[in-house]
Amino acid sequence: MKRRPNLPLIRSGVFILATFFVALPPALGAVARASANTLAPKSTQAHEIFSLAMFALAIVGGIFVVVESLLTYAVIKFRRRKTDPDQEPPQVYGSLRIELAWTVIPILIVIVLFLTTARIIFAVQDPPPPKNGDLQVTVVGHQFWWEFRYPTLGIVTANELHIPVSTRQDPDPTYLTLLSADVDHSFWVPELAGKTDLIPNHPNHMWISPHKPGVYYGQCAQFCGTGHANMLLTVYVDTPAQFAAWVKSQRRPAVDDPAVAAGRHIFEMDACANCHTINGTTAHGTYGPDLTHLMSRATIGAGVAANTAANLREWVKNPNSLKPGAHMPAMQLTNQQIDEVVAYLTTLH
Amino acid sequence: MADQTLPIPGPTEIPRIGTAGFSEWLHSWIVTVDHKKLGILYVAYSLFFLLVGGVEAMCIRIQLMFPHNHFVSPQVYDELFTMHGTTMVFLVGMPILFGFANYVVPLMVGARDMAFPRLNALSFWLTAFGGILLYFSFVGGFGLYGMGSAPDVGWFAYAPLTAKAFTPGHNTDYWALALIVAGFGTLGTAINLVATIISMRCRGMTLFRMPLFVWLMLAVSGLTLVTITPLTAAQVMLLIDRYLGGHFFDTQAGGSALIWIHFFWIFGHPEVYVLVLPAFGIASEIIPVFSRKAIFGYSTMVGATIAIFFISLAVWAHHMFTVGLTSVSIAFFVLATMVIAVPTGIKIFNWLATMWGGRLRFDTPMLFCVAFVFQFVIAGLTGVILAVAPWDWELHNSYFVIAHFHYVLVGAIVFNIFAAIYYWFPKVTGRMMSEKLGKWHFWVFFAGFHLTFDPMHVVGLLGMPRSIYTYPANRGWNTLNMVISIGAFVQAIGVLIFVWNLIQSLRHGKEAGNDPWDAWTLEWATPSPPPPYNFAVDPVVRSRRPLWDIKHPDDPDWKYEE
Repeated sequence: MKRRPNLPLIRSGVFILATFFVALPPALGAVARASANTLAPKSTQAHEIFSLAMFALAIVGGIFVVVESLLTYAVIKFRRRKTDPDQEPPQVYGSLRIELAWTVIPILIVIVLFLTTARIIFAVQDPPPPKNGDLQVTVVGHQFWWEFRYPTLGIVTANELHIPVSTRQDPDPTYLTLLSADVDHSFWVPELAGKTDLIPNHPNHMWISPHKPGVYYGQCAQFCGTGHANMLLTVYVDTPAQFAAWVKSQRRPAVDDPAVAAGRHIFEMDACANCHTINGTTAHGTYGPDLTHLMSRATIGAGVAANTAANLREWVKNPNSLKPGAHMPAMQLTNQQIDEVVAYLTTLH
Repeated sequence: MADQTLPIPGPTEIPRIGTAGFSEWLHSWIVTVDHKKLGILYVAYSLFFLLVGGVEAMCIRIQLMFPHNHFVSPQVYDELFTMHGTTMVFLVGMPILFGFANYVVPLMVGARDMAFPRLNALSFWLTAFGGILLYFSFVGGFGLYGMGSAPDVGWFAYAPLTAKAFTPGHNTDYWALALIVAGFGTLGTAINLVATIISMRCRGMTLFRMPLFVWLMLAVSGLTLVTITPLTAAQVMLLIDRYLGGHFFDTQAGGSALIWIHFFWIFGHPEVYVLVLPAFGIASEIIPVFSRKAIFGYSTMVGATIAIFFISLAVWAHHMFTVGLTSVSIAFFVLATMVIAVPTGIKIFNWLATMWGGRLRFDTPMLFCVAFVFQFVIAGLTGVILAVAPWDWELHNSYFVIAHFHYVLVGAIVFNIFAAIYYWFPKVTGRMMSEKLGKWHFWVFFAGFHLTFDPMHVVGLLGMPRSIYTYPANRGWNTLNMVISIGAFVQAIGVLIFVWNLIQSLRHGKEAGNDPWDAWTLEWATPSPPPPYNFAVDPVVRSRRPLWDIKHPDDPDWKYEE
């Protein structure tokens, strides 16, 4: 007897395959270009997480193939055909033995997966305590920017974290203490480490041991208000020489160029000084980022724009035009005052 | 007792409204205490908000089509995703599933109404006014200008962002008050369902002869009583903080932000099961009927339900792997979360075994149910992935999580909501829904669903966090976001086909008769739509499938059930 083709089934099969092939190239292209890829580990703990992830993926992938194949088989094999006799199929009410099997086997899988997971939890969460000389950084989350304090080095900077590379031969992990000045935030640089939240009144700790010098991107991963999407984060993993040079440059006092004294005067006399610090001036505010070495940073507004004179001008004129929700108000300066302040800021290397 | 029968009343004259005039018709719906009318009100109310929440989702997807898009402002975007989440969970998911239960449970257990009909009406109207209060926030509070006071703190509303210092105005107050009001309605319905299931069953319907949908609604109602309470308590504390100078969550004065997160997820995770267990119940009714076989492993299904009930109360902190818990507590919640996959897996295998050896009829309800099983397997497995805490440190709050829970909430729950509407529509209205439009609805929605939520996993793996109104153009997220947004439009077309089908079938659907699907539970033993008293004579049952026994007097179920 000829079988009739099952149209809905064929249609669905064709459709799923088509979707898959249409979606695959952009997906692969995206993976290749991605700059905050969770599947491209570049540090000790990111590698640990990645290996565990691949193990878990193999297990759930296996389960996926088995169960969905059984479902597909059942849908095709047991569909009602026109030739079927007009009576009900044999009624089966259950089988204790079969049900025991599909209870016990998953339990065994859970035990294996749990033990593997537990090992990595302890390995990543409870590292050996920092030794003398290990770099320690305090990260403070603000609406909507990052403050980085290096207590042992006397450096305070913002939004761009510099840490030294940590090779297998010469491990040099960086230990972070995570605090918040206002609401919950979350520190996430996918290629270097998983997230750790910054919660007010609840100090958290994490460590990073990056293997490869380079620039890594991340951003706040806990909704923290209007500017949350623009609370970006850059981590520079420096070679030991680069890092030493950076530390040296950050520890210099602020540049004091008499040519821009007018801008400095406005900065010190106007409300700027209430929120920002510039070492060597009367500006000691701590509500906003430390600007002592503003021009050593590639971006302003926590990554929202390149750190150019034009963007700085736009920012000083009206921060909310670049970054909606930014707490810095438009200071109502005249055009000339803005020019002078920006001229001053651009000297702060 | 071999001559046991079930008296089915002949087609009764259904009181048709329309001759009496609009005001009488309106009055009859507003003052009704009939569980069937209240069930219809629940479902209509939820479908309305499904469209509203859907429009919010479409705005979100238009905004995210391109990096640096300016379709909506950041403030409006925050309102959109907060309202979308709150709407879909509290004004769509729970009321529609309780609506089905309201309509179907008394019929399934052979009762003439719920245990407390007036409490039932009160519960519905509380829930309805909760929804209205939430949406009044668009025009209330600050006044009409700017539409500025819809809640914008996320549906999870993490403290201390909700403190007066960070969200002045009334946005957060609307959120808390609306959910407190709706929550009281939900609690009333849960109490009512427990009482109905415990005390209103007809003769012969022992607990282990109840349809699985009834079992699952019993578990859901119990869970609701346990989980809505901490949410309401937390919201009362939040309001005390905001208006009476309390410091529960005020971190500036020594309060704890972490306590809110615990309270929210002690509610929030069992809430997921409150939503998904009724969907399991729907599948456990539809799959047997369209496979023409009894459900495989009834007692194991009940056991798995009870196991899920208890374990689901001990998994909440898997939403909190990044807040700085100790390694031991993380390990505990990893284990609990992985263990809950076992009873859930048992259910999937039992549905498979029910289909195995059957004669599958692919009418629209069954199509949605098969797609549900297919998608729920994936949702469960990505759930296991997220339970692997170290991987969750990477995936938490990324689009991978969004993809995972939309696979549960849409791929499993919404698919089964559609299945349930196609399945019970003939009983409720006396008319069939169009199969042709139903198939169109299914395939278009299925395509849109996968186009939206499959790439969402990838964009999450590529590091895209949730709750962002814009994103940098250099992260490799652009193409995928465009595909996701196109998929959302395809889903919207599918929903419009469904709405059209609903309207058309209400007016022109073909007559259904009492039992159009050749089904086995008691609701099909009464006319469609059922008379106000449900059953002319109280039914008496001897097995889990009373109508099977009547249709097969030579081979009744009660011979085989232990």
